[in-house]
Amino acid sequence: MVWIVLLSFVSAFFPPWLCRVLHSRTGWIVALLPAAITAYFARFIEEISSGGTVVESMGWVPCLGIELSFHLDGLSLLFALLISGIGTLVVIYSGSYLAGHYQLGRFYSTLLIFMASMLGTVLADNVITLFVFWELTSFSSYLLIGFNSDQKPAREAALQALLVTGAGGLALLAGFLLLGQAAGTLEISALLAKGDAVRSHPFYVPILLLILAGAMTKSAQFPFHFWLPNAMQAPTPVSTYLHSATMVKAGVYLLARLSPVLAGTAIWENVVTPVGMITMLTGAFLSLLQTDLKLVLAYSTVSALGGMTMMLGVGSQPAAEAAVMFLVAHALYKGALFLVVGILDHETGTRQSGRLGGLFRAMPATGLAGILAGFSMAGFMPSFNFIAKEQTYAAILETTPAVFLTAAFFVAGTCYVVVGGITGFQPFTGRPRERFLKPPHEAPPSMWVCPLIMAAAGVLVGVFPSPAGKYMLSSAVGAVLQAPSEVQPALWHGPDVKLFLSTAAMLAGICLYLARAKFRRSMEPLTPLLSKGPEHLYSLSLAWLDTIACAQTRVLQSGRLNLYLLITIVTTTGLVGASMLEHEPILGLERWSDLHIYEAILAVVLLTSTVVIVRSRSRLAAVAALGVVGYAVALLFLLFSAPDLAMTQFCIETLSVVLLVMVLYRLPRYRDYSSGKERFRDAVVATLAGGLITALVLVATAVTREARLTPFFTEHSLLLAKGRNIVNVILVDFRGLDTLGEITVLAVAALGVYSLLKLNTGKKSGD
Amino acid sequence: MEVVMSFVIGGLYASGLYLMMRRNILKLVLGIALLSHAANLLIFTMGRLTRGHPPLIPPGEVRVLESIADPLPEALILTAIVIGFGVQAFAIVLIRRCFETLGTDDLDEMRSTDRAP
Repeated sequence: MVWIVLLSFVSAFFPPWLCRVLHSRTGWIVALLPAAITAYFARFIEEISSGGTVVESMGWVPCLGIELSFHLDGLSLLFALLISGIGTLVVIYSGSYLAGHYQLGRFYSTLLIFMASMLGTVLADNVITLFVFWELTSFSSYLLIGFNSDQKPAREAALQALLVTGAGGLALLAGFLLLGQAAGTLEISALLAKGDAVRSHPFYVPILLLILAGAMTKSAQFPFHFWLPNAMQAPTPVSTYLHSATMVKAGVYLLARLSPVLAGTAIWENVVTPVGMITMLTGAFLSLLQTDLKLVLAYSTVSALGGMTMMLGVGSQPAAEAAVMFLVAHALYKGALFLVVGILDHETGTRQSGRLGGLFRAMPATGLAGILAGFSMAGFMPSFNFIAKEQTYAAILETTPAVFLTAAFFVAGTCYVVVGGITGFQPFTGRPRERFLKPPHEAPPSMWVCPLIMAAAGVLVGVFPSPAGKYMLSSAVGAVLQAPSEVQPALWHGPDVKLFLSTAAMLAGICLYLARAKFRRSMEPLTPLLSKGPEHLYSLSLAWLDTIACAQTRVLQSGRLNLYLLITIVTTTGLVGASMLEHEPILGLERWSDLHIYEAILAVVLLTSTVVIVRSRSRLAAVAALGVVGYAVALLFLLFSAPDLAMTQFCIETLSVVLLVMVLYRLPRYRDYSSGKERFRDAVVATLAGGLITALVLVATAVTREARLTPFFTEHSLLLAKGRNIVNVILVDFRGLDTLGEITVLAVAALGVYSLLKLNTGKKSGD
Repeated sequence: MEVVMSFVIGGLYASGLYLMMRRNILKLVLGIALLSHAANLLIFTMGRLTRGHPPLIPPGEVRVLESIADPLPEALILTAIVIGFGVQAFAIVLIRRCFETLGTDDLDEMRSTDRAP
């Protein structure tokens, strides 16, 4: 399992080369990989459905408890099969959809990276591993949404999706780390047994909210839903695969996966269920206002994700069954509808619902796929979606009070009938609406076969539901509930409330479909209100971020050296000073009594010369005073047992002064650049910094010091290095390599000096 | 003496930093020179001050017998003095070149990488 995922990542390198050789046939070759993965996972169906699990692990960062550990159970298997199976179809479809596109190779590479990351996300057993794959899916989604990178809306939508899901990802990481602390393990399989410990932990609420933030941004839940419709800028195969069938379900997957650990509390029910319900209703309502077929589908996907979240919020056994069934049904019919809309767009050049009609004669195969998928979406008998819908009603009717959720799902169900009609039915029936530039014709088989397979599967599973229930759904529901469960989906349960509700919703939906144009017109006054939604807040906060960043850069990166220094000095002085005051330092000022008179005179001379350097209006006087300071420092070295330092300092100070005087007369006289106020400000800051250093020296010298290296040097200087001057021995022997570095620095400085003096920059210069 | 030395170091730091915050490029270099003196004295004082006992092994002995000044900070400072000189020499020549090329000794005039018109 680990190798399959890693191999998929590696295989992402090859499509660009394949494209150069095989051109339009690349799709069929690339599709072999997801097809092989599908076959690989299909082998596990038998074992998993009989209650087994498969575990594989590889060390990654063992010291932090991070393993590349994978865990295959019913839920992961269901997702893995959806990912690889739909992936195969999408890859084949893309070959024709993007035929001749100059970056087809890059497209396939990114798609394979996405597939590998998505597989990793659903298979990972370690939450950190899961997080890494999770972020990789966000990243590949960014690349795929912005695939047409020469278009501004595509780039903006890609960035928006990345920012929203990336921010959620950060919250998720924080939640995972807290969860790991609370439960003492990062492995999901071990976490599942510690649900009670986590739920009673003081971190439970932050853990839950952070993980929910991650899951809900990924699964486009209200109020983060706006990125998903915008992501429709991506090529249609991408919308099918990432933004309908798989990636956006990662959030649902995570909620389902962690529900044994996190669910069952009041806060879970009071957050997850309402958010799911609001998302379901918002998405369903907004989908009816769209005229672009892709947007219709995008909003209805938001709505469906809301529905799944809502069912996971309810959390009962029938609700978990409904969520899993709806997930499969939705992947099949919505994927098919997206692909059908892609074909319509590809062959006629438009996705506007008002301009498409009567195309069945021209494109019978696509039309069949569209009608079957639309039929599924509407939830008509005998599609699998009908069974999922019945199950949802069954689960909702058990809740108390049942009326809110039932009403909400009834409304959403009505809207789904309309969406199914608009996208799957209307383009192919009725009279042709208008003449297209080229007469519409059937797409190549590699395109229509993919939606047809998915749409047909959506109906076939409905007609023969028991194998799906036995082999796939039971173990998936069992994994969600962490209890062995038996799912027996059936088309006919006898005349009961569920059947009545779902029939009534269908009839209402058909009525609304017939009156859809009128409905859309009556909702037009709402348009200005809708533009003030969460997306408006998103753009406002981005604008704020820009403003703050600009203001901060203007202040901090002004290009003025003196301001940089001022900020650095103030910050350092403030922080160090505050921390020092906090610890009530012992200054030991009584130690001044050991002072000798000549030392005091030297100190006074030194400080007076410093004042001269600062205050003098004459440059020569300043340089001379600098020489005095240097000599005084040398004398201090001499007085306190450092003759080598004194000698070096004497030589070097002399050289420095000579150099300065030589340069001095090439520079203009002093002029006042700064105002008195600025000088006062700088003087205060500099005095404070100097005072801090004084205090630091006092504090540091007040304690007795234990020298640990010095005894070694004094002991071995003569014995090992044959030298009596210990300082010399340290420099040329014990720390000889440092001295080599020092010489190198000097040589580089000398080269710099030479080239600055001699280099001719082209401008006529004095020398 | 450490008390007096701490005030000397503080004074050197204060005046060095003040000069570095000036806009005149020559003052900047003078400030750097003062700051390097201050840093050297700081390290020196951290090794504690010892009067009249340089770290030398007397002739005829194998190791030092009495307490001597700490040789390690001295070795570090020796390196620092030399490198400080290298940096300073480079800075001095650089400001000369700057003035020749740009025609100003005001640091605020040097904010742009483009040559002044």
